Amino acid sequence: MTGLLHEQEFSRKTFLKSGGALIVGFSTIGGLLAGTAAADDQFSSHGPYDPRQVDSWLVVNPDNTVGVKLTRVELGQGSTTGLAMITAEELNLDIGQMRLITSDTDITPNTGTTAGSSSIQRAGKSVRAAAAAAHQALLALASQKLAVPVTSLTSSRGVVSGGGKSVTFGELVGGKLINVQAAPGYNLAATSGNPPRAGAGLSPGAPLTKPVSQYALLGKDPGPPRVDIPAKITGTYVYVHGIRIPGMLHGRIVRPRGQGAYGDGTNPRLLSVDVGSVSHIPNVKVLQKGNFLAVVAPKEYDAIQAAAQLKARWAPMPPLPGVGNLWGAMRRQDSAGKAPARILVDTGDVDKALAGASKTLSQTYKYHYNGHMPIGPSCCVADVTATGARIFSNTQDPYGTRSAVAQILGLKDEQVRVTYYEGSSVYGSAPYNDAAQSAAVMSQLAKAPVRLQFMRWDEHGYDNYGPAQMMDIRAGIDAKGNLVGSESVVFGPPYYSTTPALALTGVAEQNFSGTNHVDTTTTGTQYSTGNRRVIGKTLPLENNYFKSIYLRAPQAPQTTFGYEQMIDELAHAANMDPYQFRLQNVATLASDRANGLETLTWDRWKMVVTRLGQLMQWQPKVAASNLSSANVVKGRGIAFGAYAGTMVALGADVTVNKKTGKITCTHAYCAQDTGFTQYPGGIENQAVGSMVQGASRALFEEVAFNKGNVTSLDWATYPIMRFKDAPEITFSYVQRTDIPGNSVGTVKNGTSTPAGSIAKDGILSTGSGEPPTSAIGAAIANAFFDATGVRIREAPMTTGRVRAVLRAARVA
Amino acid sequence: MANSLRIKVNGLTHPVSASLDTPLLYVLHNELHLQGPRFGCGLAQCGACSVLLDGKEIRSCVTPVAAVSGKKITTLEGLPATWAALRGVTAAAPALHPLQQAWIDVQVPHCGYCQNGMMIQAADLLATTKNPSEDQIKTAMNGHLCRCGTYPRILTAIKQAAAVMAKGGAA
Repeated sequence: MTGLLHEQEFSRKTFLKSGGALIVGFSTIGGLLAGTAAADDQFSSHGPYDPRQVDSWLVVNPDNTVGVKLTRVELGQGSTTGLAMITAEELNLDIGQMRLITSDTDITPNTGTTAGSSSIQRAGKSVRAAAAAAHQALLALASQKLAVPVTSLTSSRGVVSGGGKSVTFGELVGGKLINVQAAPGYNLAATSGNPPRAGAGLSPGAPLTKPVSQYALLGKDPGPPRVDIPAKITGTYVYVHGIRIPGMLHGRIVRPRGQGAYGDGTNPRLLSVDVGSVSHIPNVKVLQKGNFLAVVAPKEYDAIQAAAQLKARWAPMPPLPGVGNLWGAMRRQDSAGKAPARILVDTGDVDKALAGASKTLSQTYKYHYNGHMPIGPSCCVADVTATGARIFSNTQDPYGTRSAVAQILGLKDEQVRVTYYEGSSVYGSAPYNDAAQSAAVMSQLAKAPVRLQFMRWDEHGYDNYGPAQMMDIRAGIDAKGNLVGSESVVFGPPYYSTTPALALTGVAEQNFSGTNHVDTTTTGTQYSTGNRRVIGKTLPLENNYFKSIYLRAPQAPQTTFGYEQMIDELAHAANMDPYQFRLQNVATLASDRANGLETLTWDRWKMVVTRLGQLMQWQPKVAASNLSSANVVKGRGIAFGAYAGTMVALGADVTVNKKTGKITCTHAYCAQDTGFTQYPGGIENQAVGSMVQGASRALFEEVAFNKGNVTSLDWATYPIMRFKDAPEITFSYVQRTDIPGNSVGTVKNGTSTPAGSIAKDGILSTGSGEPPTSAIGAAIANAFFDATGVRIREAPMTTGRVRAVLRAARVA
Repeated sequence: MANSLRIKVNGLTHPVSASLDTPLLYVLHNELHLQGPRFGCGLAQCGACSVLLDGKEIRSCVTPVAAVSGKKITTLEGLPATWAALRGVTAAAPALHPLQQAWIDVQVPHCGYCQNGMMIQAADLLATTKNPSEDQIKTAMNGHLCRCGTYPRILTAIKQAAAVMAKGGAA
């Protein structure tokens, strides 16, 4: 039993005892959620508190367990186990002594959204600093109590000993506040944000924290089992879908099936509603505010039927320009001068380098819209009164959702309390804010708590997709196969900002400003050439493109699909093995310095590709040099990837059935450099899923649409990878304890300055969860070329698309 | 309006107040407060809602509750008791089904939302097929979707559980 707080509250016994009425009121919630009534009384409203206060981060219980106030949420990525490990490490506790306090805007500190593979990399540093400060405070208290100097004290498993005496954490402060503020050296002072974020904290092994050489938990392979798994297996884990409030109504939104383009297509005009069309369903209420339409009923199935049967007429959707040829629409907009360009990177002299190259290639790569598409559609429980709102959500960003709900209700942020419960993982900014705002409006209108469950077509049809991206790449090599320079032009719409809930209710207007999100890391930083240009071209969003935003490893899979295929095409033009080509051209510490780079790469690229070669038992071979005329052929391909400061090298073994066009990835490989990997078991599990999902996106996933709106509304119209297509996975991480923590070092104006040093800053630990997603698609595409001699430059690499390129190349 | 419908779930009989055409999933969730079976699509496409009906996997999101009266429903919560019955033992707190234990040992889940259906389908498979081949496993499981990408570990866990069950429970 891990003591996850929702286990204690929502155990089967509690369900049966209270007859299913789990939530009674704010003060009761507050008491339960903090784990101990005494510690929580002062934290039951308007939190979280000053991040320099140790009590903002943890609670010591009388039974010598410690509750961690989770500053990041569990998405199934194991980050809460990781944060508990970091806390336990600094306090010299066993993982079994940890209790987890779920994220709650009234209780837990703000270290930003759970995104960007940053929970251990960034929030982990703040948690480490707070736990280290707490440990010092506990030793100081023990010193007073035992009359033994702090320097003579040691702690183990919550027992402080010295001078022949001992006292436990629980005896010192169990059930009480520690009431100590961390010194400035812990870097916890609040920075900007709403509410203010905790400061950066401290890297592993930094001064004031436990030396890495003494670590008992972190860096051990595989590390402890995940604390959330057992309850998920027995069916006792409470997902947000299981939250029930007395008097709660079940709700469903009513919108046209499948959104139109962001603009009129996400704020469709409601022409008429026939409330009488659902009067035969008991106790149904139709809710309307502007163009926002929903139904509520005491029984869930009644709400479902009412939403399906309610007769509502909507104004026709404006036509979408990209129907039938998304890329043609992008080109037309570009030719018409509607895609303003901006230079993001321009090092060296790309034009001169390409003009002098012995071979240059110029290609276009395309990647369709993908969806977040969690298995469980969005769900939110909202209880709105005149004075405040209580929200239960699986948002990746509780504080952001708090502001979003306050905005739509016309309340102040402090009047809204968001409590996190895990849902079905969403891999980015899926419509959890749309769902939370919708549920809040429905509760406000119905004057009752409302549980809103999106239907499958709501989730598929109104997702904030990963945007479609088109890339033009020019690159060149010299006679010896050295990459001399590259220019990447990346087209895409800007990310959206206004939810349908806000637009439909009329609370806020939709915003179309911004520039397209470009992943610059994977457009050449992996290679040693100093000549590199990256240009972003922002397509006009309004009424042209679907709303889109961050989807796992944002823009990295789309970008590497292009860039790493171009690298492969250059290797082929040089008549070189793609592995050897990459090894020859990879960025190293030496090339960093030669190029006068401000940020060093510490040979991380070189180490991952070398490790990958070992994992794959790579045999040198020029791609597509051993083609067969058989119907089923095999190939191997590799690609560099990166995300959140972590470098990866991906490999794929594929079989291709030329007749059906089916690409099957039979084996996928990944070598990863996360700097100091703190939770090896956790990141390996993430890598498995990340590669399967990345392969699914590259092989199957495409948001389909007709002349007005999205037609991908369920799993039949948006296929994803299934069991039979899942590859075998081989994963390995390169453990690094030699990279300084707070800076990767700089070379500026010819002078090499290790701006960070391990003694001063501890060691670097970067992010996981997303990096392997970034390049599995490119590896598969390169493997396809190896197998068939044909390039496929558009993803997803569906059977139809494969047959088309093979036919065009007269291979099949 | 009361009806006289009663359903047998995990060995206990329950009255049902929902209308007869209500899909079983909503009865299990809202009246019996069971959290195992979950809403994923309502279209029988994903398998998150799976339960065993007289030992065979069904999609509770499209099965009207009236259709299961007189039959035995087993949800995720009932797998330990099912395993105990298979071995002919009774226990107040039965051990986890070998599938559940394997899922923990192999650290299968990410978010875990789909795993109810995965374990239910695997329980159906292993009750009828001893030591299934990899191909048989993939075919049996192909109707269950996981978005987090845990298929490789599920495969490992099913093989582990099959080995345990073939030995009659000894690890």
